[in-house]
Amino acid sequence: MAKVTMTVNGKSVSHDVEGRTLLVQFLREKLNLTGTHVGCDTSQCGACVVHVNGEAVKSCTMFAAEAEGAEVTTIEAVENDDGSLSVVQQAFQDHHGLQCGFCTPGMVMTATALLKENPKPSEAEIRDHLEGNICRCTGYHNIVKAIMAASGQDVSSVAAE
Amino acid sequence: MPKDNGIGASTKRREDVRFLTGHGKYTDDINVLHQTYVHFLRSDVAHGKITSIDTAEAAKMPGVVRIFTGADFEGVGGLPCGWQVTDRHGEPMKEPPHPVLAQGKVRHVGEPIAAVVADTLDEARDAAEAIMVEIEDLPAAVDMKAALKDGAPKVHDELSDNLCYDWGFVEENKGAVEEAIKNAAHVTTLELVNNRLVANPMEPRVALGDYNRSDDMSTLYTTSQNPHVIRLLMGAFVLGIPEHKLRVVAPDVGGGFGTKIFHYAEEAFCTFAARQIKRPVKWTSTRSEAFMSDAHGRDHVTKIELALDKDNNFTAIRTETYANMGAYLSTFAPSVPTWLHGTLMAGNYKTPNIYVNVKAVFTNTVPVDAYRGAGRPEATFQLERVIDKAARELGVDPIALRKQNFITEFPYATPVAVEYDTGDYMATMAKLEEIADVKGFAARRAESEKNGKLRGLGINCYIEACGIAPSNLVGQLGARAGLYESATVRVNATGTISVMTGSHSHGQGHETAFPQVVAEMLGIDESMIDIVHGDTANTPMGMGTYGSRSIAVGGSAMVRATEKIINKAKKIAAHLMEASEADIELKDGAFSVAGTDKSVAWGDVTLAAYVPHNYPLEDIEPGLEETAFYDPSNFTYPSGAYCCEVEVDPETGKVTVERFAAADDFGNIINPMIVSGQVHGGIAQGIGQALLENCAYDENGQLLSASYMDYAMPRADDVPFYQVDHSCQTPCTHNPLGVKGCGEAGAIGSPPAVINAVVDALQSGGHKVTHIDMPATPSRVWAAMQG
Repeated sequence: MAKVTMTVNGKSVSHDVEGRTLLVQFLREKLNLTGTHVGCDTSQCGACVVHVNGEAVKSCTMFAAEAEGAEVTTIEAVENDDGSLSVVQQAFQDHHGLQCGFCTPGMVMTATALLKENPKPSEAEIRDHLEGNICRCTGYHNIVKAIMAASGQDVSSVAAE
Repeated sequence: MPKDNGIGASTKRREDVRFLTGHGKYTDDINVLHQTYVHFLRSDVAHGKITSIDTAEAAKMPGVVRIFTGADFEGVGGLPCGWQVTDRHGEPMKEPPHPVLAQGKVRHVGEPIAAVVADTLDEARDAAEAIMVEIEDLPAAVDMKAALKDGAPKVHDELSDNLCYDWGFVEENKGAVEEAIKNAAHVTTLELVNNRLVANPMEPRVALGDYNRSDDMSTLYTTSQNPHVIRLLMGAFVLGIPEHKLRVVAPDVGGGFGTKIFHYAEEAFCTFAARQIKRPVKWTSTRSEAFMSDAHGRDHVTKIELALDKDNNFTAIRTETYANMGAYLSTFAPSVPTWLHGTLMAGNYKTPNIYVNVKAVFTNTVPVDAYRGAGRPEATFQLERVIDKAARELGVDPIALRKQNFITEFPYATPVAVEYDTGDYMATMAKLEEIADVKGFAARRAESEKNGKLRGLGINCYIEACGIAPSNLVGQLGARAGLYESATVRVNATGTISVMTGSHSHGQGHETAFPQVVAEMLGIDESMIDIVHGDTANTPMGMGTYGSRSIAVGGSAMVRATEKIINKAKKIAAHLMEASEADIELKDGAFSVAGTDKSVAWGDVTLAAYVPHNYPLEDIEPGLEETAFYDPSNFTYPSGAYCCEVEVDPETGKVTVERFAAADDFGNIINPMIVSGQVHGGIAQGIGQALLENCAYDENGQLLSASYMDYAMPRADDVPFYQVDHSCQTPCTHNPLGVKGCGEAGAIGSPPAVINAVVDALQSGGHKVTHIDMPATPSRVWAAMQG
């Protein structure tokens, strides 16, 4: 066991962890931030994406100890300061970009990071960027549409609903 | 102008806010004080005799609470099968025991042998590595046809062979079908495989068993599509816990697609073990475990023959299918290749003679059961593929051949024992041709060819039987359960409403769509109505969500309960306005007396029901709460036409889906946005089956595709935007909403469209390819092109 300290959603947190404890376990089990999900064990599905120092990271691919001193943001802290949904979150609701909701936190974190680096991505760029996030419910149609809408693009020509 | 409330409105989903902000409550998010964790030691061989299990060293490891093996389950029931199929000769199917933990033998990779319960999951895993298990390897039965040969390894020693049943449907049709095929002008024959799939909801299964000594109450939190079914099966047949001492909770569930219908060993184990050790026991499946313990889907090997007369009218269909059951019968496995498959073999066509033969086979593989569509995709795929092949053999347009043979008059009784109530297959085909821009295909093909690509267009139709199901009918067919649904409508004193439903939402948006129905009926705002589901403690006994049944059956129950509410409320309103009950009208949330300006608001009536100072107590009881159980009188029959356009790279064999269009007839629609979303998801799963996904075993029964490294899930860049349309609506005639159900259509209708398109593309390039098995991977397509 070793003590690890990081800033999660703006608060400094410290816990003793085993060397093998993954960041996602730390978030879910030590901090009870259960919005970050585990959908696989091979770093393929992207349900566990969080932001580490501003970059989208699969939190199952790093040990908690590797996040020592880092700034971590999870789905629980993406909404606006007044509690309203962020632009990306709102677009997912407006365009039915989620069904069972399990992949959704990872999708929102990935999309949010994408729009920061590429404010107006094309459909092809969005699909390419979502390569590491699997959704089994939506067929991706409304996820891609929501991300385009969140970036301010007109999606009215995309097949309705 | 689109509606913004009630039936037909694309109301945004209220459940989204908690999912988008990380506040969903899935089973793995639940933890109970003093909780332990279980790790299952699973078989790594397909077939073997367990000669010894030594847990002594493991039991001494840190944190270990107790280790369980099959010996601990002697005297405990096995996992029950909920459907008994009767074979061609009137004999019941073979039904071997299905133990919670292996007893003496292991029969598939992944079968649980021992369970280590420890204070932490890491301790449980570490200790499991110290368990010494000796297994004497036995040869495995893997290929279905080989498994039926004399001398094949027997999955179950006590059975005479690996044949679960040999089913003929309709047996009396057999002779007429043979005759029609003999006399046909043309017979098209096709042998094909419907590939084995894994449903892969993104949330892996989880079970958390808790036991409270103070009231002898067991609680199971589980990732289930039907908590009441689990309570009944596990309580009555496995563990012997009466219903009033057993609560099953299925909170937010991250997708199901059929695979979370079934009662699994891990659920029974956690409930059982919690009672033994008097502490909660939690199991969270890893994805790798899910691949070898979730029931798989499909896995049929089929030969189909389509007979046509000289004018290209269909005269007969004959099929012979081998259906994989895996090593044990999962909860509803026997029904899938039979009643959910044979009954759909008429498709959208008036074929007078049909005979379906299905041989269900035990193999040393994971059990196979319902996966989105369940039997209906298998029926649709073979039928729509053989029709396409026939059109090409006869040199006729595949759309025209279909139209010529469409059923056009309803109701229509098929030769495979079902009666379609409504449909308009010409209308959905016409709509498809429009939205898919079939006319523009030639130009698009020319453009693709300019870029060195082959382009193909594939069309198909589908029919499905949903709204599962009339209880008396399925009882005759072997179901060991009723398939009604329930709803309790509880009106509160101030007029708000809680609807307790036996349906379960795991992505379908019931919390949004169900209130739309009640709001429409009462003329009040949807926001006044909440849906309660997923907990046996606060919902009436209901059968859950699968088979596209929630709105057709669960919604109908809710309508019936709401009708009872309206009837009682009218009595109260009549009393309050001193009018005759017959004159009371309900409109826009107020009761009025016909022909007068007297009216009383919804909230005044509901308040009177709970504060009955001025109330007809001599006639009716206080309160306003009603329950209804709805048992459908028939299946519903959604139908549609799908079109896929692919490009094939002749250099690599890679297929890309360029366009996809779906025209569906779901009858009336409650929330168009949600319906489209259901179709989108189904299409992606169908494209996945057609091009990417394959659950593969080697000849020894070793599972080769047990992670997302090896099992190709569709990703965002594997699919295009879809054109979907559900404006063709022929309402169901026998349920109060006129709805048909939409959950499975996409997965049923899309695989044949994709493969028809691939074959079309290859033929356009001069390749004499008449069929390609799913998944049409680059290597398969490339090999087919080489000839």
